[in-house]
Amino acid sequence: MSFDHYKRHILLSLLLASSLLGCNNEDTTSLSTKSIIYCSEGSPEGFNPQIITSGVTVDATSKQLYNRLITFSGIKNDIVPSLAKSWHVTKDGKKITFYLRKDVQFHQTKYFTPTRNLNADDVLFSFNRVLDTNHEYHHISGGNYPFFQSVELGSIIEGIEKINDYTIRFQLTRADSSILANLATDFAVILSEEYAQQLSNLGLHKQIDLLPIGTGPYQLKEYRAGSYIRYTSHANYWGSKPDIEQLIFDITPSNTGRLTKLLAGECDVVAYPIAHNKIIERPDLTLDAVTSYNVGYLGFNTTKPPFDNKLVRKAISLAINKQAILDTIYFGKADIANTIIPPSSWAYDKTLPKHEYSVSHATKLLQQAGYPNGFTMNIWAMPVQRSYNPDALTMAKLIQGDLQKIGVNVTITSNYEWSMFLKLVAEGEHQAVLLGWSADHPDPDNFFSPILSCASALKGNSRTFWCNHKFDEHIQSALRTDNINKRKKHYAQALKIIAEEVPLVPIAHSKRYQGRNNKISGKLLNAFGGINFTEVSKQ
Amino acid sequence: MMFPGDSLTNLSGQINATPAQRAALIQAYHFNETVFHQYWAYVQHLFNGDLGLSMSSRLPVSSEIMNLLPATIELSVVALLIAMVVGIPIGFIAAVNHKKIADNAILSIAMIGYSIPVFWLGLLAIFVFSIQLGWLPSAGRISLVYEIQSVTGIQFIDILLSNDEYKWQAFQDATLHIIMPACVVAIAPITIFIRLARTSMIEVLDTSYITAAKAKGLSFWQIIYRHAIRNALINVIRHIGLQFANLVTLAMVTEVIFSWPGIGRWLIESIFQRDYTAIQGGLLALSSFIFIVHILTDFIYAALNPLARDRKHGA
Repeated sequence: MSFDHYKRHILLSLLLASSLLGCNNEDTTSLSTKSIIYCSEGSPEGFNPQIITSGVTVDATSKQLYNRLITFSGIKNDIVPSLAKSWHVTKDGKKITFYLRKDVQFHQTKYFTPTRNLNADDVLFSFNRVLDTNHEYHHISGGNYPFFQSVELGSIIEGIEKINDYTIRFQLTRADSSILANLATDFAVILSEEYAQQLSNLGLHKQIDLLPIGTGPYQLKEYRAGSYIRYTSHANYWGSKPDIEQLIFDITPSNTGRLTKLLAGECDVVAYPIAHNKIIERPDLTLDAVTSYNVGYLGFNTTKPPFDNKLVRKAISLAINKQAILDTIYFGKADIANTIIPPSSWAYDKTLPKHEYSVSHATKLLQQAGYPNGFTMNIWAMPVQRSYNPDALTMAKLIQGDLQKIGVNVTITSNYEWSMFLKLVAEGEHQAVLLGWSADHPDPDNFFSPILSCASALKGNSRTFWCNHKFDEHIQSALRTDNINKRKKHYAQALKIIAEEVPLVPIAHSKRYQGRNNKISGKLLNAFGGINFTEVSKQ
Repeated sequence: MMFPGDSLTNLSGQINATPAQRAALIQAYHFNETVFHQYWAYVQHLFNGDLGLSMSSRLPVSSEIMNLLPATIELSVVALLIAMVVGIPIGFIAAVNHKKIADNAILSIAMIGYSIPVFWLGLLAIFVFSIQLGWLPSAGRISLVYEIQSVTGIQFIDILLSNDEYKWQAFQDATLHIIMPACVVAIAPITIFIRLARTSMIEVLDTSYITAAKAKGLSFWQIIYRHAIRNALINVIRHIGLQFANLVTLAMVTEVIFSWPGIGRWLIESIFQRDYTAIQGGLLALSSFIFIVHILTDFIYAALNPLARDRKHGA
């Protein structure tokens, strides 16, 4: 005690010197080697990915706090067991039975102590909360489940049935080969029914999305809005436990702030870095990149002349210099999009003709279509930045310049606020629009159905209002079978129809970047979905 | 009352108050009475520590200030100590070498130091010491790795009070974090202290008791140590309090650059977010803080200088 006091006294008087000498040599490992600091770009909206789709929240919660029944794994994104150790799909594809693991424990935190392991009730609760509009928890936090609503899970799943404590059966209204992929996304997480029950008894329903309890590798310790999130590793995690003890999300919205922290070694990993060359230059840092499952495109309003004529659409697509757009807008950090799905998807057809840039060919097509003197059109450029299109206005200006060469005059509309913009575009005010799509899971259907199916054309979701029955038939039949070769054939046909009909001009598949200190190893980024700190380790 | 918008909303921070809440507020702030009553109610709220709710975070402004002010105090005090330890001796050296090369050199450097804008110096320091050399961290008070329970709010004290096994590592880390922002804040006060100390020392060296000491046969350094420094310091201390306002202004800008979680950064963010309750409360807290520091320095000056006490008694 007195020694300690003496030491303290010395330290206070020699404040600077003590810091430089270091006074705790008996500690062999420092806390920082057991912790990872991730500099994220924003604060999460909540801690439950069921109720949101924003990337920030998915990054912060999905893979850290929760598990899904099944998950994606490997380069090919195969669906592999997670909380369900196996599953069985009946021949007609209408019944899926999941057999759950018995050794899965929930987080034990200051605010909740679990008394039982995961069982079928938790799965039932997690999905009924989303699907059953009369559920006690359905309307907590607004009652919106954007991902589940967009894939219409409610109309696909007829009911969920508990067979026994560790067996659960999904009854579907129709066979749908993308259902497993949907259940493996970042959004289909499993919550604790016991925790929900406890909160319900206390009347604190809202806490379920703010103070999360899951089965994932990390649990929430502390969250200071706008400042940081502190996770600690889940002591009883059922999978292989992460090497690190603490995972900290340092919320740093400023781009330069994140770069500085990476360069100064204050962050181990940073999201969306700027100044890529600076990071590459440094021997102790690595720049990771994955081509995301997304596409930025120029969509035509195919109900309005002259874009009801496919020759005109084709002419425009030939006249756009995609390489120049890539260099200017994406700084070369993207791949040219040849069709709506990225080449890394299994449904991509390698025989598809490559994009052609030919002004003379385009002029010829315009003449054939009956517009030898060109025409005037408008392009609506989205007023927000997205990874698939970081600067739509400049892109529109580049296209304006390109189309000038074939005699087409372009006026650009971009002065609407984002929600108004979407509303007017959904009503078909535009002739052509610069938009994009980010996939939630690697199943190719997530590109075809939402962007170009007849259903989406009717609902105004597609913005091209293009409905081709042959195309629709192909994507529907692809969904009805789970034979991957058959699906491939159908999708190849569908891609061919897109190439012929050109309802939209795919422009780029952008990449997602991350800066990382070389001390950190392990796979963090995927082509889709949020960042994953499960397999990460630090030297 | 000079802020744009509804003054009741600006005072209470209740943006979307229901009619019932609004009625209660009108009651609480005496808004249906004369301006004097309103002012009296406002002052009463102030003295009860009620500064309203922050319009952006929806938390009581007073609790936010209590969380943030210690960080600013910590930064300012460390900067002040650095400025005193560095500036005053250099000023004395200049005075001792009055009208020689050393004096002129020190004065010129002080002029340059005083002219450097703090935001530029901060960025430059981050560039050199964090990015190029990698010696010092660029942002925050302590690495987020360490979890320090906030007891007093002054982080160094909190670290020493904590029972964490990584206490000394945390202490070291916190020290590394404060060096750069504190030095950046200290640069301008250093130059001021140099000039203050120099002038005061020159004055003291001109007085007759120094001549008397010389006549007694004391050596030059004996005169400086025994007579001059103590008398010169008293005048410097008198000005330290006045410099504190300047220091806090510099600290505000520096907090933004170094992401220091203090009241200055919060206040500047509030200005951007048009968070009027936070701006009012923050300015009030800062000015009271500076006010208190001024009074304290006056007391210290009086305690140190018998002449000042005597004069007070005489008056």
